[in-house]
Amino acid sequence: MNKQVAISAENNEAGNSEIRDFEIRDYLRLDMFPHFMCPGCGHGIALRALLWAIHSQGIEKDKLAIVSGIGCSGRVGSYIDANTYHTTHGRPLAFATGLKMARPDLHVVVITGDGDCLAIGGNHLIHAARRNLDITCLMLNNEIYGMTGGQVSPTTPHDRFTTTTPAGNKEPVFDASRLAEAAGAGFVGREITIHLPRLRDLIAEGLAYNGFSFIEVMSDCTEVNGRKNDLGSSPEMVLGQTRTMRPSEYDNNVVDHPFRPNTMNTGVFVRSDRPEYGATYRNMVDEIQALQQKGQK
Amino acid sequence: MTLQSSGQETINLQGNHACALGAVAAGCRFYAGYPITPSSEVAERLAKELPKVGGVFLQMEDEIASIAATLGASMGGVKAMTATSGPGFSLKQENLGYGMGAEIPCVVVNVMRGGPSTGMPTRPAQGDLMQARWGTHGDHPVIALTPGSVEEIYQQTARAFALSEKLRIPVIVLFDESLGHLVETVALPDVTDYEKTVRKWATGKPEDYKPYKADKDGVPPMARPGDGYRVHTTGLTVDESGWPTQKSAEVEPVMKRLLGKVALNNDLVESFEDMDCEDAEVVVVALGVVGRAARKAVRELRASGVKAGLFRPITLWPFPTKSFRKLTKKAKHFVVAEMNAGQLILEIGAAKTGRQSVTGLNRFDGVPISPSQIKQSVKEVLGHE
Repeated sequence: MNKQVAISAENNEAGNSEIRDFEIRDYLRLDMFPHFMCPGCGHGIALRALLWAIHSQGIEKDKLAIVSGIGCSGRVGSYIDANTYHTTHGRPLAFATGLKMARPDLHVVVITGDGDCLAIGGNHLIHAARRNLDITCLMLNNEIYGMTGGQVSPTTPHDRFTTTTPAGNKEPVFDASRLAEAAGAGFVGREITIHLPRLRDLIAEGLAYNGFSFIEVMSDCTEVNGRKNDLGSSPEMVLGQTRTMRPSEYDNNVVDHPFRPNTMNTGVFVRSDRPEYGATYRNMVDEIQALQQKGQK
Repeated sequence: MTLQSSGQETINLQGNHACALGAVAAGCRFYAGYPITPSSEVAERLAKELPKVGGVFLQMEDEIASIAATLGASMGGVKAMTATSGPGFSLKQENLGYGMGAEIPCVVVNVMRGGPSTGMPTRPAQGDLMQARWGTHGDHPVIALTPGSVEEIYQQTARAFALSEKLRIPVIVLFDESLGHLVETVALPDVTDYEKTVRKWATGKPEDYKPYKADKDGVPPMARPGDGYRVHTTGLTVDESGWPTQKSAEVEPVMKRLLGKVALNNDLVESFEDMDCEDAEVVVVALGVVGRAARKAVRELRASGVKAGLFRPITLWPFPTKSFRKLTKKAKHFVVAEMNAGQLILEIGAAKTGRQSVTGLNRFDGVPISPSQIKQSVKEVLGHE
């Protein structure tokens, strides 16, 4: 396991001064507004962080491809003024793999959710991580199926009430970042939405990383998760993130149950120099074509 | 191995390899697939051929990822294909519908084997004809081609790309295990025109561009990422501007156009073989490998004085109904020979205009239908054993 690099508090201050340089409207399809997100939904903060990170990386909108699946996370990409692809449930990583291999010149960003990425699309996550193709995957983890009305998801905490766990969730949960890391993702990090500049910097680093970067955003669902479980108002839920999430040494995170961490860590968990698959493939093609030309001569 | 016959170069080629080579010749530069019998040779050949032409070959983690990646590559502007067999074709259905709804060109090959379920992986069947038409949910346009020889597999796979690009639609190529594994001596037909056919790309000012506003041919030009159009693509029902809508007044014209675009281009899409149909008393309807047996049977029946004919759809979907009606006006009987329990016969029942009898000749035991079985069936229908 690669060492976690703590993101310093300086970023917060730097962030404040950078706010002036970033105009979110430049990156939004305002004619699609009003957006569909519920009041207090963390996905809006994640969207802002993503666009800010895209801005900070100087990525051209024409060269930006946003690929998403189905669910609340799937609709977030629609508001971005870029080449946006709202694909099928669980499959955005597979669509993105084809798109990136066919068009290496594009910056491909996948926006997915805990149901989309870990349940129906779990197989694609582990293989995208294994391949290490240059895609940035933003998994918005709100611990619930929001779009369909609040059913249990692979990351719904233990004993949480949902419409399909009327007596509380008894299934163990996934630790998505650990899963991505174990499957070989070159860059893995997790952040909470209350720390916007940190989240922006984490996404920016993921965008800059040449390989598969997996970023887990802990996002609040105030409506079908929060209200049903009496988790408080939206501000209370966001503030609550700091009680259950903390930046710390990932390795030292001792939990009482391997599948149910009481406290989840934030920060960068993996930063590796594994070869990026697209470049590896194109090198192979170059070699094959060179051999062919030799043979023809 | 090459042979020379009458000046034209011929090669010995397996059906699945012909499919792979036809794709490359038509300009396919992306393939994503998953191993499955009896179609794996399509992938194996493309794994060799695509890097040579600078293309991408990917073996994905599953069948669903294979079609998703194929559509993803096509969204990027590259001619793309995936191939599979029955169980994999079932798995691909949802994303096939995405391609039809969002109008993303690609080619999906299904080398049919016995079914249902795992069925008979190394035996031929034609059990997926109706699945090709109705497999994905909701109303949708469809094109499915059913080649009947190794040479035709090469040609029709290449043509599938051209139709797919021209009409912005996934095109299905259906043949069966026996054709996929058949090795024939073939002269590869020229498919340069198919190679040259590429989809209409958006031109003009991005602010004036509407992604689902069609031209007269019912097909909207497509925006390529990177060209400045920054379009939204979705599986949701959209209006002309590409934004999701559920308002009936906006949905209806978009759906009508989508469902009608193949019929609007019928001259391009329709293809079939007819032999001695016009004066035939009995017309045998058969496709794929059964079409070959039927050709032999009809020839022999004619030689013995029986007025038999053959109608072999090459474009199965949409079924060439008008031409079929026109050609078989004088027929009194139809014999529908197919390697399933009765699928094509449903379409013939719907397509016939008169009071002709329709008799099915069906096999679903993993063995192709023989010419003698077809002859026997025709004689029974005519009442002389």
